[in-house]
Amino acid sequence: MALKLLSKLRNQNLQITRNRNHHRLLDAARFFSEKPVSNLWTPDDSKFIIKSKQQTTTSSLKQHELAKFAAISDTWWDSEGPFKPLHNMNPTRLAFIRSTLCRHFSKDPNCARPFEGLKIVDVGCGGGILSEPLARMGATVTGVDAVEKNINVARLHADLDPETSTIEYSCTTAEKLVEEQRKFDAVIALEVIEHVAAPAEFCKSLAALAYPGGATVISTINRSMRAYATAIVAAEYLLNWLPKGTHQWSSFLTPEELVLILQRASINVKEMAGFAYSPLTGRWSLSDDISVNFIAYGTKDGQ
Amino acid sequence: MNRVIARKVVPANNQIFKLSRKKFFSDEASKASTAGASSQSNQESDGNLSFTGNVQPYDIAIVGGGMVGMALACSLATTPLTKHLSVAIIDSSPALANKPCIKREDPPDPRVSTVTPATISFFKDTGAWQYVQQHRHAYFDKMQVWDYTGLGYTKYDARDVDKEVLGCVVENKVLHSSLLSRIEDTDFQKKIYHSRLTSMSQNPSSSSIVVDSTASTEASYARGRVAKLELSDGNSLYAKLVVGSDGGKSQVRELAGFKTTGWKYSQNAVICTVEHSAENYCAWQRFLPAGPIALLPIGDKFSNIVWTMNPEESSDFKSMKEDDFVKAVNHALDYGYGSHPKSSLPGSAGMFSWLRGNVTIFANESFEIPPKVVKLASERMTFPLSLMHANEYASKRVVLIGDAAHTVHPLAGQGVNLGFGDAFALSRIIAEGIAVGMDIGEVSLLKKYEAERKLANMTMMAILDGFQKAYSVDFGPLNILRAAAFHGAHFISPLKRSIISYASGEQRLPLFS
Repeated sequence: MALKLLSKLRNQNLQITRNRNHHRLLDAARFFSEKPVSNLWTPDDSKFIIKSKQQTTTSSLKQHELAKFAAISDTWWDSEGPFKPLHNMNPTRLAFIRSTLCRHFSKDPNCARPFEGLKIVDVGCGGGILSEPLARMGATVTGVDAVEKNINVARLHADLDPETSTIEYSCTTAEKLVEEQRKFDAVIALEVIEHVAAPAEFCKSLAALAYPGGATVISTINRSMRAYATAIVAAEYLLNWLPKGTHQWSSFLTPEELVLILQRASINVKEMAGFAYSPLTGRWSLSDDISVNFIAYGTKDGQ
Repeated sequence: MNRVIARKVVPANNQIFKLSRKKFFSDEASKASTAGASSQSNQESDGNLSFTGNVQPYDIAIVGGGMVGMALACSLATTPLTKHLSVAIIDSSPALANKPCIKREDPPDPRVSTVTPATISFFKDTGAWQYVQQHRHAYFDKMQVWDYTGLGYTKYDARDVDKEVLGCVVENKVLHSSLLSRIEDTDFQKKIYHSRLTSMSQNPSSSSIVVDSTASTEASYARGRVAKLELSDGNSLYAKLVVGSDGGKSQVRELAGFKTTGWKYSQNAVICTVEHSAENYCAWQRFLPAGPIALLPIGDKFSNIVWTMNPEESSDFKSMKEDDFVKAVNHALDYGYGSHPKSSLPGSAGMFSWLRGNVTIFANESFEIPPKVVKLASERMTFPLSLMHANEYASKRVVLIGDAAHTVHPLAGQGVNLGFGDAFALSRIIAEGIAVGMDIGEVSLLKKYEAERKLANMTMMAILDGFQKAYSVDFGPLNILRAAAFHGAHFISPLKRSIISYASGEQRLPLFS
């Protein structure tokens, strides 16, 4: 029953997004630059878009979502810029990853580099704001993102610190890594699934990237009224934390839906936590309240 | 090394997204880096090569290796998450060059600190307290505070707050060498530069310049990933985080451009060591017209004097004959400037008694006269008193601890305890940052330290400054109010308890606990 509902919902969403595609691009253009739309994209980008259009069959990504991120990729590492909320949330997300992965792989949580010897893939790595801390924690990190500009930013930034210069960045997708038969101890995709056209397919790819018995961490935004009020109305329109159009409420997943589609991809969710924001201190912390932002850790069925 | 430096100003509308300071990568730059990175393995080995060919940046540079700076180093060295950090300590003082030999028979140095139970437990956590215990130190569990008007006095007892001791008086050189000894026990990677800091710089706008992907410390510096320090001996070094623990006249604070707020008290403190005929176990403080005089036990029949007075007076007291000085001290701690306080404020016995209820107060209620001083046991030193607070403690890659961030009135010996509080808080926050893989120079991490310590430090500064102001005026009605406040503090047990708790380093607001 729930499955039926889920797929129905998904189809509707897809239609809506397809119809909106064109407007979204124009919207993005209007918000990100005063230049005429025709001049907005650098030759690199337009090539990229054309190229990736031919690949739509193999990718679960939405094209206008990619365009959105390409437009602001230079500001990834500006902690006061468009990605400020992500920077603020980062230590909290990493605290969850640290505690769950240390338990999963029986690593000493009191050591500076507990992930030494673990191969981790950061799917949708953006400018690398999660990949770099993971590398500092000792992991052998592969960061992938479908936006070439993001990967360029990530590489430039990581190369200036010997601790992070070992990160392997590449402009590719989870699906293509599966085709290349890459395997990892842990697969992490934070704040990505809500920008993906086919979440179920995406989760299957994530599962295929993990070794049997490996770990998966996914975070996203709940499709709740509170999430609509905070993540879209407040964050995008009132506080201007995020560029308008960053999120579409209809493409959010509820925790139940996420658990379900992960289960169908043979990943068992073991632990889930919410993020609570305190306006007083301006800091995020982990909480039991998963009604807005939440993060899930699961294990892939092992042999 | 072919650096591509591209500057390109973004159209004005981008202010909406706060992009105005940001520059886009030029097409050439992104192409160049893409080309360079086309083969992943290639790029990695390039990166490693250029790193080994360069001066390695330190994780942390501690400017000022005094008690507070060494407390930070000691805490970093003994915390599992931070013990791997590479640390440079920049200090030209000879105490770091060759560790002074501290002889038990020597009379104690006049430079002492009253460490609170909170500081003692920090020292125990790092393992440095065992070295303090090998040297002279004096715990005290009682404190008597009274004033010259003869109207009020109060006594504190450690048992009022369920503690063993109220504090411990230790010579600064003992605290310093204990921290140093503890660091030497560990295999902490530290390098001491016996020099002074002359300049500190970092590239302010990390994203305004695009450097190609050749990784070098110079390039890291150009991108704002490390700060560069230049020393008076011509050396220079790079660090991800610079800690200013270089005292009230902090060079780091000046170079970082942090503004300060503060004022001079137009008071000097005279400090020295004195000897009694019997051992002293209590801390004494009496408020005199020109400022307080404190007599602190330091062990082996010795006590330490901190006497606050006008600058003119202080030079007289410093130069007068030893016998005269001893007489003046005994006078000041006994009948000088006014009579002994009576057992209670006139007419107040009934006024406060109802507040006491059934609460037991352990301190011996009757007023006591401090032990007589028989001899001066050290030179007399004077130093001016001031209050100073830095408006900010932290910015990108720079953070202040101890006197560099705040100097307080030496009342109740809180200054160095605040500094130790800073050092241990910063060490803890660095460990928290490392736990989640953060760059330790990131401003968001350092601001967390600032938010935590600013509240604690400013509360204590306000209390001490208030006390100081209340006692710098000799005006009849005010004296009675003050005395009433003393009696209030003495009799209203929960209030008294929270005052001691606060003075002993527990972070609670004294009146709202």
